[in-house]
Amino acid sequence: MATGVLGEDGIHVDMNHLKKGEVNMAINFKDGVILGADSRTTTGAYIANRVTDKLTQVHDTIWCCRSGSAADTQAVADIVHYHLGMYGITNDEAPTTQTAAAIFQELCYANKDSLSAGMIIAGYDHRHGGQVYSIPLGGSLHKQAYAIGGSGSTYIYGYCDANWQENMTEAEGVKFVKGALQEAIKWDGSSGGVIRMVVLTARGAQRHLYLPDQRYEGPGTQ
Amino acid sequence: MAGFDFSNHNRNAALHAQGVPLPKATSTGTTIVGCLFDGGVVIAADTRATSGPIVADKNCEKLHYIAPQIWCAGAGTAADTEFTTAIISSNLELHALSTGRKPRVVTCMTLLKQHLFRYQGHIGAYLVIAGVDPTGSHLFTVHAHGSTDKLPYVTMGSGSLAAMSVFETQWKRNLSRDDAVKLCADAIQAGIWNDLGSGSNVDVAVITEEKTTLMRNHLTPNERGRKERNYRFDRGTTAVLNEKIIKREEISKYVTVHELQDDSVTATAETMDVDS
Repeated sequence: MATGVLGEDGIHVDMNHLKKGEVNMAINFKDGVILGADSRTTTGAYIANRVTDKLTQVHDTIWCCRSGSAADTQAVADIVHYHLGMYGITNDEAPTTQTAAAIFQELCYANKDSLSAGMIIAGYDHRHGGQVYSIPLGGSLHKQAYAIGGSGSTYIYGYCDANWQENMTEAEGVKFVKGALQEAIKWDGSSGGVIRMVVLTARGAQRHLYLPDQRYEGPGTQ
Repeated sequence: MAGFDFSNHNRNAALHAQGVPLPKATSTGTTIVGCLFDGGVVIAADTRATSGPIVADKNCEKLHYIAPQIWCAGAGTAADTEFTTAIISSNLELHALSTGRKPRVVTCMTLLKQHLFRYQGHIGAYLVIAGVDPTGSHLFTVHAHGSTDKLPYVTMGSGSLAAMSVFETQWKRNLSRDDAVKLCADAIQAGIWNDLGSGSNVDVAVITEEKTTLMRNHLTPNERGRKERNYRFDRGTTAVLNEKIIKREEISKYVTVHELQDDSVTATAETMDVDS
């Protein structure tokens, strides 16, 4: 029994099912990757959490953006977190982003009938540098230069296509992600709250936060 | 075999098709809240349990024990909140015994979310988990489908909207213990007065590093007033047509007779309350 079906305007889930009608994205830039997301979680018309953290760590420098059912994506991310932790210890070497994405795909594809989980996986490893993968609803896996997801993403296909550049600097990357997410929040009713970002480089992971009461200009890095 | 037993589903569907209504579960159409403060965490709940439009219990307990320093407030299906918290409490105790450490709030939250996720929302338990462990004070919510949130103040249940409006207007950083208790009690009262599913009294639990204080019926703003009138008829209202007196000596041959202590108490059955 599927709890969610793909409708014309995004994921429709049982009203009581905590859903993240949202926007999130991940991009490649010169020194690594940047993940970004809004912070809204909804149950029907009610905002259950206005400061949600949808950027979830599954290994030191491998993170994911969760979209769809909150319960399903948390469960999947927790399982992947466990597998990657085990992998890192048994092989005495950090897993690659591709390995992480493959584990995500395995779970999302094998349980496709009972999951409504759209994942974007982004990570930095010393072998391949920064990489971005997306796993949409059916459980397919796509390696991309940048990926967008969630109900709000439909509003920013144009923005992203028009403003995307290869090999951006970190400042340019942050500006690109923030600009796109601001548009999605502006036009999509089920996206909103704060903008959270994670920058993954050889130096590790760094968090960014941008608040609506500072017109998404600050406080920046925490 | 582990897993949920669906074997009665077809029977229930057939019964339902024949027009047999489903039995009503006692649900805690509820207001529950939680709030972190400097040095601990407070959780609070109302005390109304409902079964459809009927108030099933006017003073039920929605604050559940998990561990000495971890407590849970439950909304949703009363039986499910009762049993899931009991199961997780039991597992956590065994875990604490085998590790030789105090149980952690994250451990409790993970056990609950994995249990609830496995049952895909069929276990209707919506919980606020609060506690203090060696890593600090923690506050979580867990929804029936298995999703969790971590926030400085939380509300759940049908009265969560009313309660959240109190937090969103009155909450501030670095609350004192007493301010946190007041804020949580006010949030519950917002639910009691403005939500039909919530009512009666306010229960509060305060957890600090030193101890847990359970304040059962911290506030009782709905005490039953004395009846202004009653429908007892005056003596002599009904005319006596004939009279026959049976002495105690005579009747005690057939039944045991007890002497009444108080002369003022009438020998009739207990006095009955009748709505005025």
